[in-house]
Amino acid sequence: MAVATAPSALPLGKKKEVGQSYWDLVWYRFKKNKLGVIGAVLLVALYVSFVAIPEFIAPYQLENRSNFVEAPPTAIRLVDANGQFQAPFIYGLDRKVDTVKRLRTWQVNTDRKYPVRLFVQGDEYRLLGLVSTNIHLFGIEADQKEQRIFIMGADALGRDYFTRIMYGGRLSLMIGLIGQFLTLALGATLGVISGYYGGAVDMFVQRFTEFLAAFPNIPLFMALSAAIPAFWSPIAVYFMLTIILAFLGWGGLARQVRGLILSLREREYALAAKSFGAKDRRIMFRHLLPGTMSHVIVIATLSIPGMILAETALSWLGLGLRPPLTSWGTLLQDAATVRAIRFVPWLLWVVPPILLTILTYNLLGDGLRDALDPYSSR
Amino acid sequence: MENPSQPAATATADQPTDARPADAQQTLIEVRDLKVEFNIRGGVVKAVDGLTFDIKRGQTVGIIGESGCGKSVTARAILRMVPKPGKITGGEILYYRYSRYPRKDGKSQDIEVIDMTKLDPDGELVRQIRGGEIAMIFQEPMSSLTPVYTAGTHLNEAITLHRLIPLKRLGDQMVEKIVEYRRVTKEEAREIAIQMLRRVGIPKPEQRVDSYPHQLSGGQRQRVMIAIALSTEPYMLIADEPTTALDVSIEAQILDIMRELQQTANMAIMFITHNLGVIASMADEIVVMYMGKQVERAKVVDLFYNPKHPYTQALLQSVPKLGPKTGARLASIEGMVPDPLHLPSGCVFHPRCPAFMPGKCDKLIPQWNKVGENHWARCLLYEE
Repeated sequence: MAVATAPSALPLGKKKEVGQSYWDLVWYRFKKNKLGVIGAVLLVALYVSFVAIPEFIAPYQLENRSNFVEAPPTAIRLVDANGQFQAPFIYGLDRKVDTVKRLRTWQVNTDRKYPVRLFVQGDEYRLLGLVSTNIHLFGIEADQKEQRIFIMGADALGRDYFTRIMYGGRLSLMIGLIGQFLTLALGATLGVISGYYGGAVDMFVQRFTEFLAAFPNIPLFMALSAAIPAFWSPIAVYFMLTIILAFLGWGGLARQVRGLILSLREREYALAAKSFGAKDRRIMFRHLLPGTMSHVIVIATLSIPGMILAETALSWLGLGLRPPLTSWGTLLQDAATVRAIRFVPWLLWVVPPILLTILTYNLLGDGLRDALDPYSSR
Repeated sequence: MENPSQPAATATADQPTDARPADAQQTLIEVRDLKVEFNIRGGVVKAVDGLTFDIKRGQTVGIIGESGCGKSVTARAILRMVPKPGKITGGEILYYRYSRYPRKDGKSQDIEVIDMTKLDPDGELVRQIRGGEIAMIFQEPMSSLTPVYTAGTHLNEAITLHRLIPLKRLGDQMVEKIVEYRRVTKEEAREIAIQMLRRVGIPKPEQRVDSYPHQLSGGQRQRVMIAIALSTEPYMLIADEPTTALDVSIEAQILDIMRELQQTANMAIMFITHNLGVIASMADEIVVMYMGKQVERAKVVDLFYNPKHPYTQALLQSVPKLGPKTGARLASIEGMVPDPLHLPSGCVFHPRCPAFMPGKCDKLIPQWNKVGENHWARCLLYEE
């Protein structure tokens, strides 16, 4: 009190409240990790564009077919055939049939020019399922029969492949989130119960996770996928697949949570809660589980890519999602033939978004790992 | 900390006053020949062996002894919280329960005697008693609060769990009976929480109530613990070395708060410590333990001025005294604490005892002898 304080620039009384809650501290530390922030921003951008508004970004509707069968990616040009510099445009494509090689080819016709515009009118859709509109992020103003823009080429049914990747991302990204959420709920709950009670309960849960871990994965997937009735709607199949992935994935998480709870339950605050008459359930889920969250969130973040890859791999094997559902896995299935790689290599454009998603998740996970332990001094 | 008794009075104003009988000498807890054993790999450790004492309402009973003598296990046994391999293998803990609120079975509000050792340790009744009627605070204030919750959240938990507010009263003012209760609401709980924090002398309780444990100092955390323990208005507080981790000035403050609150609430305290100075200023009666056995029990004045058991005598001599330099070495108890798995025969203290009587102390097990008014000792010196 006796110390004379220098006159403060801040107005007296109302000093800005600095949050001190756990999440305030986490946020404070996370902000300092540049790579983590980049990962988070990219991830949000990915989810917004692939999950929320793919209809707007894609120039066409998902199942909009055309005669442009397996058309190669359209080059967007700034310089025309005469060397003139101008606003972005594309040339029209003409179909040619090579009778010797017995191949259908597409040739650029420099006589037909179509300027590429932003916010053009196109197929009708509902933005976010609410607003009916026909504005797309980019496109050409031309009759769809005459010419289309395929920035990543077209598939065997003349559908715009970029559009398909955009729509496919929705299922693939959501399966990672929903699946991981289920895994988290299942794994954390069983892990906490197993660690807190110990004894026979622990024994049972742990042996069960070992049983799941020991089971060969692919045959198990096959068996479970085969168990999904064929007459189910694609959306029901989708949710079943999510549940299957979660069911197979919770074991590792449950073990980690159990290990943490084994140490946390010996802490004095667990004893204190008990001595104040708290129920086991309250001690487990209110006092102990939050202590594991920093760990669990990191594990969850880092294993969402695994989930996404699992969906991709299963769908590629034909065990997961099936057409007409479009996911990155089913798109990859189309790309995975020698013929595709030889003649329509642009079908591999589905790989970069998968890579990008997994990379951003790892960046975010690493950032979170450092930030979520704010009490550690580093 | 200016006049903490003032808010205390308002805090208890709407509580059922009939619950606390005026007779402060009523027995609250009666421990009879309590035995707790730990069945570990090397054998059976008798952590508590034949402990007998009682605690009356409003009284402070101190339990002293060196580390590992079974003090904390005794405390935990009363709340049925003995850690895992441990088991209560004998004796009884009688809890004279004066039910504050009407019971669900509609029985009368008389004193009900509950043998805690017979209860299901995870049952509803035990949980009502824990915290609600017998509260406990621990040695480590640093880790007794869950790090992710504010002080207020902790208090709210205890308050909403154990405090009820009268809804309906029957009868006239003379024989008033409260027949219906409701739980406290969130706002009321917060109000009570702030009052409690003020009572334990935390400055700016309106702001501190939203503080997280890592924002509080050790002394403040222990005060929060005490506030939680007292927020449910328990009949007894078990304080398991509550000031061991704190520095002496904070210790003195905490002890002052406990004494003050005890007087205003007529609460019994079971005070566990190995600090003789602290116990001398706090307790009415003292139980001295050695290797799970009770060696002496007396009123505080008798124990300090006229200790009977050689262990107590040695313990008191080993306290350094302030005063002119004498040049004498500080007295200590000879030998080592024995291995709890292989206790010495006869009297467990005989290998270290200055009054060791060969052929007697290592053969015979001493009985619990009355050596004076309210004074007992377990020593062969007082046997024929």
